[in-house]
Amino acid sequence: MARVGVFVCFCGANIADYVDVPQVVEEVKRIREVKFATEYKYMCSDPGQGMIRDAIVQHKLTSIVVAACSPRMHEKTFRKALSDAGMNPYLLEVANIREHSSWVHQKDKKAATSKAMDLCRMAVAKSIANEQLHEISVPVTKRALVIGGGIAGIQAALDIADARIPVVLVERSPSIGGKMAQLDETFPTLDCAQCILTPKMVDVASHPYIELIPYSEVIELQGFVGNYKVKIRKKASYVNFKTCTGCGACWQKCPVKVPNEYNMGIDKRKAIYTPFPQAVPNKPVIDAEHCTMLLKGKCGICAKVCEKGSIDYTMQDEIIEREIGAVVVATGYDMWDPAPYEEYGVGRFKDIITSLEFERMVSANGPTNGVPVRPSDGKVPKNVVFIKCVGSRDEAKGIEYCSKICCMYTTKHTILLHHKVHDSHAYVFYMDIRAAGKGYEEFVKKAQVDTGTTYLRGRVSKIYRKGDKLMVRGEDAQIGQVVEVEADLVVLATAVSAPKDNPELARMLGISYDKYGYLSEAHPKLRPVETAKAGIFLAGCTQAPKDIPETVSQASACAAKVCGLFAGDTMKKDPMVSTISNEYCSGCQNCVKVCPYGAIVTDEVPIGYGSKELRTVAKINEGVCQGCGSCVAICRSTAITLAGFTDPQIINEIVSI
Amino acid sequence: METEVKDQLVSIEKPQLIAPPNWEPVIMGILCNWCSYAGSDLTGTSRIQYPPNIRIIRVPCSSRVDPWFLIKSLQTTADGVLVSGCHPGDCHYISGNYYARRRFLVTKKLLNFVGFHEDRIQFSWVSAAEGPKFAKVVNKVTEDIKKLGPLHLYKKENFEK
Repeated sequence: MARVGVFVCFCGANIADYVDVPQVVEEVKRIREVKFATEYKYMCSDPGQGMIRDAIVQHKLTSIVVAACSPRMHEKTFRKALSDAGMNPYLLEVANIREHSSWVHQKDKKAATSKAMDLCRMAVAKSIANEQLHEISVPVTKRALVIGGGIAGIQAALDIADARIPVVLVERSPSIGGKMAQLDETFPTLDCAQCILTPKMVDVASHPYIELIPYSEVIELQGFVGNYKVKIRKKASYVNFKTCTGCGACWQKCPVKVPNEYNMGIDKRKAIYTPFPQAVPNKPVIDAEHCTMLLKGKCGICAKVCEKGSIDYTMQDEIIEREIGAVVVATGYDMWDPAPYEEYGVGRFKDIITSLEFERMVSANGPTNGVPVRPSDGKVPKNVVFIKCVGSRDEAKGIEYCSKICCMYTTKHTILLHHKVHDSHAYVFYMDIRAAGKGYEEFVKKAQVDTGTTYLRGRVSKIYRKGDKLMVRGEDAQIGQVVEVEADLVVLATAVSAPKDNPELARMLGISYDKYGYLSEAHPKLRPVETAKAGIFLAGCTQAPKDIPETVSQASACAAKVCGLFAGDTMKKDPMVSTISNEYCSGCQNCVKVCPYGAIVTDEVPIGYGSKELRTVAKINEGVCQGCGSCVAICRSTAITLAGFTDPQIINEIVSI
Repeated sequence: METEVKDQLVSIEKPQLIAPPNWEPVIMGILCNWCSYAGSDLTGTSRIQYPPNIRIIRVPCSSRVDPWFLIKSLQTTADGVLVSGCHPGDCHYISGNYYARRRFLVTKKLLNFVGFHEDRIQFSWVSAAEGPKFAKVVNKVTEDIKKLGPLHLYKKENFEK
């Protein structure tokens, strides 16, 4: 017969003030299987745990019930106490008499006590049906996948690879670098973004532990932590990267002109192109949507001028498969489209541009050689109005959240404007200046003094044309009046938004995302880089808007997590998983359908001992199983058992009150 | 014996049965570990008070809840059952709560068919952040069951002896 030990905790006064603990102990002692019951002020303390260890040995206990706080709080602590006494840790049950009784029935001690008794009875009944469980060892494939080659993906890949763990870095566009490669200078130090980023890009390309797969997308992820299989679709580049030297003869001669994405469409690129001069890998790809050779079969100039014969118009998409153990998702962000701001004349007035367009203009390698110009007439603007929070913090038209980086980059833009056009004047319409960060407030203050920018606190209500100027009408809340500013150029600090493909990606990876499309972390404070799915981590803006230092920190944190995961040859896994009994399984395969992880497959077994005839049964991969129990409830023949939450355990709880 | 029990159960739902003085219902709360159980813990840490009638069972996911558990609860100890899981779309196990919802609706219809009032078993979504909501749900379920009256008069008496 089972010999159960019950330990009731006072939790200082937290339980003892509202539950009559000695009475609970007396009541519990009346249960036949309970051979030992006691109380203590703090069960979780070292002496408390010592009592458990001693009692296990002294009273030859076969299972333990601790009536204390929530099992979500101290289950691990008490399991360890059991282990230390040489007992299987899964023979523990926790009765939650604090969160579920003493704290919520503070006005009725009698009822709280009687409920605590019931909770103890239930835990005792459950513990009688507890079985010894052992942690599962799962082998680990020590290779990481990084999705996205922006600064987050680059940093994560480099940090992981520096620990001598192979990394597969998948980037959707022809070059890594991401949004940071489009920036001119970075706040608050005005470092040239290219100067600090491109060495890292080169490191990625030359690192012996990094396999860079550009111009590719992840299309399928199967498996479980430590044992994922990923399918990557490598888009046809129509250029043989092995022989291409990157000389550039092809794109110089290509006759087809296409708006240049890297420069936000301000100038043109060719149909065969490298996104920007410092691209990594520095090999051109053919844009199949615009190449006349691929569309109509006419042209073929690039193939003619290529001395290496690297152009191959027959190239097809290729599926690459890799075995990996962990995933870092770093898909970055999109710039929010300001089209809903019709009163600003977005789309109607050419001289209204977004911040990233302005950034490209003032960039030394940009389409206008680093000088901002008016898109309408090419003149250098003198009066420039910056409007902040376009899309951000606007429930009506945009998104509720603060995009976090706009205050800082707008400040940077006022400085860059001042540097490039000395006699210019900047006006900034703002709601608040949020400059929380190391050196940020100082940066804003200094910029305001140095550039003489006019800051106007208020929202812009309308922009209209007057001659070749734009009139910006808004409120200056500090003087309580409507103001009008004559502008040559208006720059909208558009919001950061989640990549539009994130929901699709999240479904493919089996992780969750929030209402904006940002991928969800496992815990907002204490597990900010993990997802709820083991072995998948998040870096950068794909989780929420953040600036470069934060992105890099998070990427390095991801790398640390991946290295931790790969520290041993095997991984320990919670043993609370399902198992199927072949004897009972009828082979209906309902469980296969409901399993969210694809952990259940079918198997063939002989219909009887020594028989050659086979029948179908279901088989669970315990490495993949996460222990939800969907299969247990759907099984008609009760062939499936979920360790830790078996039918006898739960039914015992139900009938024991 | 079986017909006898069934007759008793059906008859219990008839209004003429009077609850003994100071009768308090027992409600079985079957909560998923990741959302509702965490939510009920939050109710505790926030010290939000609710009626002491509920007895909570922890399961990994609402999809673990076998209809058997509901039937067994009503048959043996409970006057009502509350099953609670993560909000749709928020399931820790991706899709478990959808299976739970379907299974629950069918179970409810079955129990209704054999004579139980439909409020005897209830379903709710409570997230790990919704401490106050959990208290509200328990309040509602307790009130509903109090109105319906006891299911285990004879059973309780047997227990006393």
